[in-house]
Order: sequence, then C-alpha cells, then structure tokens
Amino acid sequence: MKKEDLIQFDHNEDGIDRRGFLKCMAWAGTGTLCVMKGGVLNSYSLGSLSKLDPGAAMGELSFVQISDSHMGFNKPANPDVIGTLKAAIDKINALPGSPAFLLHTGDITHLSKPEEFDNVQQILKAAKVKEAFYVPGEHDVAIDEGREYLERYGKGTKGAGWHSFDKNGVHFVGLVNVVNLKAGGLGTLGHDQLEWLENDLKAKRSSTPIVVFAHIPLWSVYPEWGWGTDDSAEALSYLKRFGSVTVLNGHIHQTMQKVEGNVTFHTAASTAFPQPAPGTADSPGPMKVPAEELRSVLGVTSVNFVRGQKALAVVDSNLS
Amino acid sequence: MNRKIRILGMGIFLVALFTHAANSRKGTSAAVAPPQMTNEMSVGVKIDNFSFSPPNLEIKAGTTVTWTNADDIPHTVVSNDKAFKSKVLDTDQRFSFTFDKPGTYPYFCSLHPKMTAKVVVQ
Repeated sequence: MKKEDLIQFDHNEDGIDRRGFLKCMAWAGTGTLCVMKGGVLNSYSLGSLSKLDPGAAMGELSFVQISDSHMGFNKPANPDVIGTLKAAIDKINALPGSPAFLLHTGDITHLSKPEEFDNVQQILKAAKVKEAFYVPGEHDVAIDEGREYLERYGKGTKGAGWHSFDKNGVHFVGLVNVVNLKAGGLGTLGHDQLEWLENDLKAKRSSTPIVVFAHIPLWSVYPEWGWGTDDSAEALSYLKRFGSVTVLNGHIHQTMQKVEGNVTFHTAASTAFPQPAPGTADSPGPMKVPAEELRSVLGVTSVNFVRGQKALAVVDSNLS
Repeated sequence: MNRKIRILGMGIFLVALFTHAANSRKGTSAAVAPPQMTNEMSVGVKIDNFSFSPPNLEIKAGTTVTWTNADDIPHTVVSNDKAFKSKVLDTDQRFSFTFDKPGTYPYFCSLHPKMTAKVVVQ
C-alpha cells in the first residue's frame, strides 16, 4: 500500500478517511454508459470500463446516466457527496469518444435547497457532454411542490417536468412519478401525464427505439419499500407496440435489470450512497458499509442485450 | 443506519419526551396512562426506519403531538385530508401539531407514502 493510502484522519472510527473513501467509491463505479447500437441499448458500468472492449462503446448513439447525487447529504454513509459526484464526472470525461449527453434520473439534491442545486450545476459543468437532461426525484420536489426544480430544469417541459426528445432516431421520454403521492401508495404518474404520454407516442413508428427515464422504478422492484409506480402498467401498455423499449430508473441506489416482453428495465447506482437490497434490512435508507465491502454493494453488473427481429436474447455479462 | 447517530437521535428524542412530560405534569395528578392512550398534553411520535412509532396514537383533545425524525433521510408528516402538514424534516428536526377536535386523523409521509399512521383524538 502506498503511503498516501494510509489512513490520516479517522473521524468516524470506521478505519477509512476521506481520501480512502473516495478511492473506494471511485473504484466501485458510480454511473452508466449507454450505447445504442442497431436500435439496441447496451449499458456498461463506468467502474468497469478499463475491461471494456473499446469497440463495444461505439454505436450510433452513446450517452451516460447518473442518478441520486443527493447533494447536501452529509451522514456517515457518505460525508462527501461532492467528491463522489466529481469522481463520476471524472469517469465520464475519461470515456473514449464523448457521450452525446447526460441523463440524471433524479434526487439531484437531498433537500431541494437552491445551494444544493447550485453545487450540482457547478460540478456538472466539468462534464464533457454537450447537454444534460433531468427528471426530478422526490428529494428535488420536497419544498415548494417542485418550484425550484422547475425554475432550473422545467424549460420546455410539461406539468411537473415531463418531456420528450429525439436523438439519432431514438425517442427519449422523461417521466415524473414523484409528485402528488397518495397515502399508502407508490410512485404516481397521474392522469394528465399518462394522457400526454399516449399522445406523445402516437406519432412514432413501432420500429423507433424508445428510452423512458424516470426516478422511481416503473416496475415493481419491491412495493413493500415503495419501490414501484402505481400506474406504470398503463404507461407500459402504450409502449407494447414498440420493438425496442428501455426503461432507466434510479431511486433504489443499486443496479438491477429485468426483461419483460419487449421492455428492458435498468436501475442505476447512486453517486452518493448505497441502499440495502430489497427486504434485507428493516427499511430502505443510507447504508454504511465497510470499505472492503463497497465493491460488492456498489459494484455493477452490466447487461448487454441483443434484440433479434422477433425474439429477445439477453446476455448477462458481469464486467466487474 | 449509523448506530452512533441513531443513539444520539434516540437520546434527543427521549430528552424531548421527558421535558414535555415534566412540563405537562405540573398541577396534574400522576395517573399512569394505559398503553396507546395518554392523559399527557404533549406526546411524541418517533420517525425511524421509514415508520412512525407508535403507528396508532390515541390522545385527548388539546394534546400536542411532536414528531421527531430519527432517520438519515428526510421525511414529512402530512394528514390525508391536509388538516396538518409539516415542512420537510431533516434528521433530528421536529414538527408539532395540537389536536383540538376529536376525530381520527390518518397521516403519511408525502415523500415515502408507504409510511402511514394515525392519531385518534377523543
């Protein structure tokens, strides 16, 4: 071990200081590179790119997804969310070939404070991407019903911030499922947004690859912890006729994949802190893990999926 | 969750509870309240591990309930019919509401709506 890796300040008595923590986080990987190739989306952990065949990262379109930066969080699970977000940006900037844009799937901030939004904006300026697109997490709309969020990111969006755009023949849809939540329920899209979505998709050909992104998972990851969306089935029914549909979510601070018919679901890791696997703890929430276990908690399994003309072939490849 | 933080949060909560109890006992008899029912004019509800404790609180009209967030994640306290609504409570922050009218008040966390509980005022 190098001398500079030795612990210098052990504030939390956990055997790891800020420098060591950042090294672990940087090594574990905190974002996802998405490459659209032949209408099929492949995703790779930013933590595993050194093992990635450079050819694999080439396609007609590539972009990166980061999530749950929770700017303002300062509890023991991660006392330095600025440092870990910067580490994610460093990895994006080290990618061969610039990604077209960045998607942030929400919980940009921890408490919707202006200074927290400012910090993220400042840090993301360093990312070598031309554009960034956002959807809010529940932490971004916790104050003022999301007014602060909409002032910053609401331009060109509808309702609570939902929107769509086209890039290189791929149709992207950003949905908001974190406002007007009902007692005892899960994430909610709501009637107005569903109506908008139905109309938005009407003009698209079935051969158009669709990428939907939203904060809370649009599939039932673990409803007992609120990890799902009450009216996602209706949204997915509008997507049935499309051949290639990818859904990107955050919220649960861990990577998961699922294939259901023509739809492939992915959840992204957080740049801030891990949460327990479904049902493995009393409740969700920030999980403090020993340094040597960070890899297993934050390490990412990537999925390459290849869609044939009729059938969907899924190839799991663990790059870590 | 970090044990130290949790113990600290619990400590603050207990001190708060004790202070409330001490204040409200002045001039009243020291009757022991049955479980889930209290004659104290101030009671506490703890928010921890994404749940409200106790989940079913029975109180007399005029009682002030104080919620304290002991989680590392912010929560809110919002009644289903909007009779009361807290701001976002970060770790160790509190919200108080005085229940003057008898009735049943179901409430939830608007950020994590799976978190539900109720206050019954007699």
